[in-house]
Amino acid sequence: MRQFQVDRRTLLGAGALAFAVPLASSAEQLTGLGLPWAPNTSSFPTAVDLRARYVYFNADEAAFIEAAALRMIPADPTGPSALEAGVPLFIDRQMAGDYGKGARWYMQGPFGKSTGTQGYQAKWPPAGFYRAAIKAIGDHLGQNNGQPFHKRAEADQDAFLKDLSGGKVDLGADVDGKAWFTLLLQNVMEGYFSDPIYGGNRNLSAWKMIGFSGARYDQRAYVLAYGKPYPLPPVGIGGRPAWSMKG
Amino acid sequence: MATKLPSVDAVLIGFGWTGAIMAQELTDAGLNVLAIERGDWRDTPTDFSPAYAQDELRYYWRHELFQRLSHDTLTIRNNQSQTALPMRQLGSFLLGAGVGGAGVHWNGQVWRFLPSDLKAKSHNLQRYGKAYVPDEMTIQDYPVSYDDLEPYYDKFEYLCGVSGKAGNLKGVIQPGGDPFEGPRQREYPNPPLDIPYAPSLFGQAAASLGRHPFPHPAANASRAYTNPLGVQLGPCTYCGFCEKYACGNYAKASAQTTILPVLMRKRTFTLKTNAEVLKINLSPDGKTATGVTYVDEQGREFEQPAEMVILSAYILHNVRLLLLSGIGKPYDPVTGEGIVGKNYAYQITSSVNVFFNDKILNPFIGAGALGVMINDFNGDNFDHAGLNFIGGGYVGILQTGARPIETHPTATGVPTWGLEWKQAIARDFAKTTQINTHGGVMSHRGNYLDLDPTYKDALGRPLLRMTFDYGDNEHRMSDYLTDRAAEIAKAMGGREIKANYRKGPWDVVPYQTTHNTGGAIMGESPRDSFTNKYLQSWDVPNLFVLGATAFPQNAGYNPTGTVAALAYHAADAIKAQYLKAPHQPLVQA
Repeated sequence: MRQFQVDRRTLLGAGALAFAVPLASSAEQLTGLGLPWAPNTSSFPTAVDLRARYVYFNADEAAFIEAAALRMIPADPTGPSALEAGVPLFIDRQMAGDYGKGARWYMQGPFGKSTGTQGYQAKWPPAGFYRAAIKAIGDHLGQNNGQPFHKRAEADQDAFLKDLSGGKVDLGADVDGKAWFTLLLQNVMEGYFSDPIYGGNRNLSAWKMIGFSGARYDQRAYVLAYGKPYPLPPVGIGGRPAWSMKG
Repeated sequence: MATKLPSVDAVLIGFGWTGAIMAQELTDAGLNVLAIERGDWRDTPTDFSPAYAQDELRYYWRHELFQRLSHDTLTIRNNQSQTALPMRQLGSFLLGAGVGGAGVHWNGQVWRFLPSDLKAKSHNLQRYGKAYVPDEMTIQDYPVSYDDLEPYYDKFEYLCGVSGKAGNLKGVIQPGGDPFEGPRQREYPNPPLDIPYAPSLFGQAAASLGRHPFPHPAANASRAYTNPLGVQLGPCTYCGFCEKYACGNYAKASAQTTILPVLMRKRTFTLKTNAEVLKINLSPDGKTATGVTYVDEQGREFEQPAEMVILSAYILHNVRLLLLSGIGKPYDPVTGEGIVGKNYAYQITSSVNVFFNDKILNPFIGAGALGVMINDFNGDNFDHAGLNFIGGGYVGILQTGARPIETHPTATGVPTWGLEWKQAIARDFAKTTQINTHGGVMSHRGNYLDLDPTYKDALGRPLLRMTFDYGDNEHRMSDYLTDRAAEIAKAMGGREIKANYRKGPWDVVPYQTTHNTGGAIMGESPRDSFTNKYLQSWDVPNLFVLGATAFPQNAGYNPTGTVAALAYHAADAIKAQYLKAPHQPLVQA
């Protein structure tokens, strides 16, 4: 069954590449023919290859992200930690892809300082912002007592992240530490709670912890079941672990 | 040099809800219609497949169905003293892209405005006096009445197969419906959706306080339905991926699921996708639109002549294209003169979370417009004397589906990360619900749209600049609504509640609503408006501007029902009057 999993993912990936040509490319003109349709034009998401290690992050960056994500969602019996759920790998793949490049974002200058209500104004898209921020944090900590973030005690790490989130860490003119913390926390939550096809929420573990039903198509039978636990386990776009991970 | 193409009877710019409605009506009247859409062709089986439609990361957080801001965005600021910066990432509102527009990823909340909403200025002045409607509040009456629009509201509701319960049939109040709504000629085409646990608890609690709860009218079909065009919708399956997503199930009304299967077969209709209109062309005297110039993906320019030009893009794009085309006088907030860009408005939202210890709510069982609401505090349904604001909004639980990246509310005092957060969300996720308030925004002198002096789009054209903030009127109103929501939240009997008031200036980051309005408003005369009541430009009578662009100010209801009703109202006037005397004004200035 493990073979099936790989095959299915390979298939999904290949499908996305081979058939990613938009149906209606350049100024298509449609007259009187009804709804246009062509086979194999659906665009399934491409599953992350879990076998590879970090693609975007270098070793220092990966060490920081792993340590910070673990403080944001620590290990305990309630459910998976950020590491157990695969959050750092998720973020790495996001940084390596269109999101990290800000492919859909408006990234033309000039870059100004936000009044606080104007949203993301960093001069880099997310991937560049991560690189600059982690470097600036390393420099900042090095100038203070020399210990990199990931080697510090948990209480120390928590205190630093709190200061970062509160805008109390000066990372220089270019790096708004608070804005980057907001981005990091958002990406950690995305990795924890998104469909496992993207590399986080490993084995649907975060969805199991909170009792989310996942990518369910038909929930009509449960709308009026007031107060009853949801009777089915969560399912992802790629199915459930039981379908492919057994044996 | 643009290639000149053969003329058409009517050219539509943008192909979402209003474009599809107008194309269907005008082709029925025998016209040869061309719609130019800058985005892709999109349809259910190929683009919204239920095999992968339920993907929170891809569709909401990575914006796959929305406008690519790398192509164009707008700049934003709260007031004229600030420097506007580009909206680099979508947040407060979610602009659509491609065939069907934002009507692909809407919730399907279909409301009618109140009769008094359409007379906001005269009604409120008469009831509350000048102190409640100061000069800086630049509100105006709509030039149409509720009775004018009623047949067209009805037409859209039947097109969409709206599921709901009438509260006022021909003046007779109906049990179980909204007693505050304007009179409707007949019942909704479909019965209400099944009501899940949390909204039912809200309904009980609201009723215990003397409020008037009713099921939210939903363009999510509660059963299989065939609309008057013969297009079929399937029953909603409560998958919980509706708002911000496309429906893979033919259950949520959109242009694709209600009009296109019929329209796309007509030989008199042509849709051109991946083609972007650069400007509306005018005759030398500026009084006639001669057509449009558009560019395709290869950068080739075409001139498309047309007898009639219909601007049917999203409101922000409509206003920008008017400004880029040099049509109408741009609004100046200092002098108060000019029309284009005037009276931009929005909506103001807040929420109250309710946490239960003992009640499993499964809030991820959802549909876009599934819920129980009250309109006791909407519009002028309550006495505002002593409250020092006008307007209002609805309050209720809309169970659109709790997707966990977006929805993981925690109780007061719980941090947003760390072990305590994790344990709280594990305990509370399935036992938490949220009451929302959704209030209207009035027009204020300093809220407007113009062209940005600095930032350009991918084609080198100036971006639209939005200058907007909530007024004191809106903050007082929203706080009042939030207090009323908190009363009901307490009566629901949970462990604890958390009221999230809307504080401070408008912020582009958190999602609020995609209910932007105004900028080329409708009115009684060219002195105070861009179009007449038929959405026809006063200055250029063969130009019609559809959409919420026409709203003189916003109301406390979602706008799509009114947007569609105004489009049908305009279409009827074009068919019955305009085509008999083309290029002539339908209303004398």
